Amino acid sequence: MSEQTLPRTRSFRFNWDKTLNTTGAWVLALLWFLPLAYAIWTAFHPALYEVRFDLTAPLTLENFTKAWEAAPFARYFLNTVLLVTGILAGQFILCTLAAYAFARFDFPGKTVLFTLVLLQLLVMPDILIVENYKTMRYLGLVDTITAIALPYLASGFGIFLLRQTFMTIPKELEDAARLEGCSILGVLWRVYIPLAKPTYLAYGLVSVSHHWNNFLWPLIITNSVETRPVTVGLQVFAAADGGLEWSVINAATLLTSGPLLIAFLLFQRQFVQSFIRAGIK
Amino acid sequence: MKFKRTTAQMNWIYAWLLLSPALIMLFAFTHYPAIVTLISSFFSTPRGKRPAKFIGLENYQALLNDEVFWQVIWNNLLYALATIPISVAIALVMALWVNGKLRGLGFLRMAYFTPTVLPLIAVANIWLFFYTPGFGLIDQIRNGLFGLPDQNLLGQSDTVLWAVMAVAIWKEAGFFMIFYLAALQTIPPSLKEAADIEGASRWTFFRRIIFPLLMPTTLFVSVNAVINAFRLVDHIFVMTGGGPDNASTLLLFYIYEQAFKYWQTGYAATLTVVLLALLCVLAIGQFFFLDRKVHYR
Repeated sequence: MSEQTLPRTRSFRFNWDKTLNTTGAWVLALLWFLPLAYAIWTAFHPALYEVRFDLTAPLTLENFTKAWEAAPFARYFLNTVLLVTGILAGQFILCTLAAYAFARFDFPGKTVLFTLVLLQLLVMPDILIVENYKTMRYLGLVDTITAIALPYLASGFGIFLLRQTFMTIPKELEDAARLEGCSILGVLWRVYIPLAKPTYLAYGLVSVSHHWNNFLWPLIITNSVETRPVTVGLQVFAAADGGLEWSVINAATLLTSGPLLIAFLLFQRQFVQSFIRAGIK
Repeated sequence: MKFKRTTAQMNWIYAWLLLSPALIMLFAFTHYPAIVTLISSFFSTPRGKRPAKFIGLENYQALLNDEVFWQVIWNNLLYALATIPISVAIALVMALWVNGKLRGLGFLRMAYFTPTVLPLIAVANIWLFFYTPGFGLIDQIRNGLFGLPDQNLLGQSDTVLWAVMAVAIWKEAGFFMIFYLAALQTIPPSLKEAADIEGASRWTFFRRIIFPLLMPTTLFVSVNAVINAFRLVDHIFVMTGGGPDNASTLLLFYIYEQAFKYWQTGYAATLTVVLLALLCVLAIGQFFFLDRKVHYR
């Protein structure tokens, strides 16, 4: 463009293009940030200031203590943490084994099976709630954390992602390890998994945030405090007609998303990078 | 020769052993329920001691005569048609901005992406407060700045779906931005230099070079957007419960209601078949439609 060819006039010209873009980007960003900012405002101020924006308004943590006492959030958090780690561990094991088979073995039915795996990207357990509920009832697992986790353990997305990563690892490394006397699982453990660490991190973050936020299936399959994850807990809490103040509900809302939000703000760069990495492959 | 064949066979066995745990789970909770759903859509709902009975196409007949079903389908198609292009377009603009060298890049990226990390159920609570008539922020602005009367956006059948869509767009755009950002970062800067030498305008550069190069990402993102438009109904639970008069009921929410509120599992299975068929047709159709326009590098 003209700036490049006429570098000397550059500093004298007001850059309309850049100003407009910056303004647009900021307006959109503020608009996007507004709901969260508003929730933070109400949660940290007394109910009186819900709709009065006074910078001198007193800050308080009372809404959080009220919310924490009004519902067993500690238990809900424990349930969610158990659920998320359980799913993650299961996914890592199952998907790693399957991805390795798809990446480095030749066997009859490989294409068909891989297609069936990919089909799960479209036909997800999230949609098959009616039949999966029947299965869980048959297995006697209704209202257990295991039942929330089971449908998600074998993830088509995870298998696909890890297979793509494993395929980029040079086969010579595997052959060398085999010559050294490594078993198949040994090769997987010593060669493939260490080299795929970034993919595991990316997939782990995607999986944790996805299952931390999941709602419909846990809502259906749980019906007690001992099994409910925070998302369902929040809904039960907010839907109860107790004349709850908005500030308390907003505090509870922030509470449930808090750990993820803080983790995201702390590791923003890695978070975005790993989402990128998970998406690119 | 014989040795070779046995190692090949050994490899088969290893492969099958490695695959079996994942495949068993996958079949048990994805393929099996999908098939059983199809089968039970031809059966009546079992009640008490009365087992399910084969009723042929009766469930489908009921479906065609169910006015609510048609309204729900229409709602969901409208929801998809509005949220998908808007959120994808916003995502693309966001990505172009974040990929540039604007001031406050860190804040911009954080503001765009944060909604993605929050649970939809929590997000819906925040937006519910926004929409509260007379009290929420939207009415505050309407009253304060424009002197307009209070309006219950979630309580009217002609506005409720749009109010719900706004939440979905807000939540999804940042997520899709990430994929565009990833794709933009793989475009070599030399292309921009070449375009500058040729004297191409920014718009031409975007339309003729950037946009075609982003086509595979657009395909990926929009298939994801289609799936999400039918899969995510958490905010309906919080904000409207499907009302008023089913004006904001989406298909999966309707399935939930039929199955777990009225225990019409046979009918719910039929609805699920429709949902699966819709998803397959839309995703595959989109693939073929957009695929012809995709320039793979």
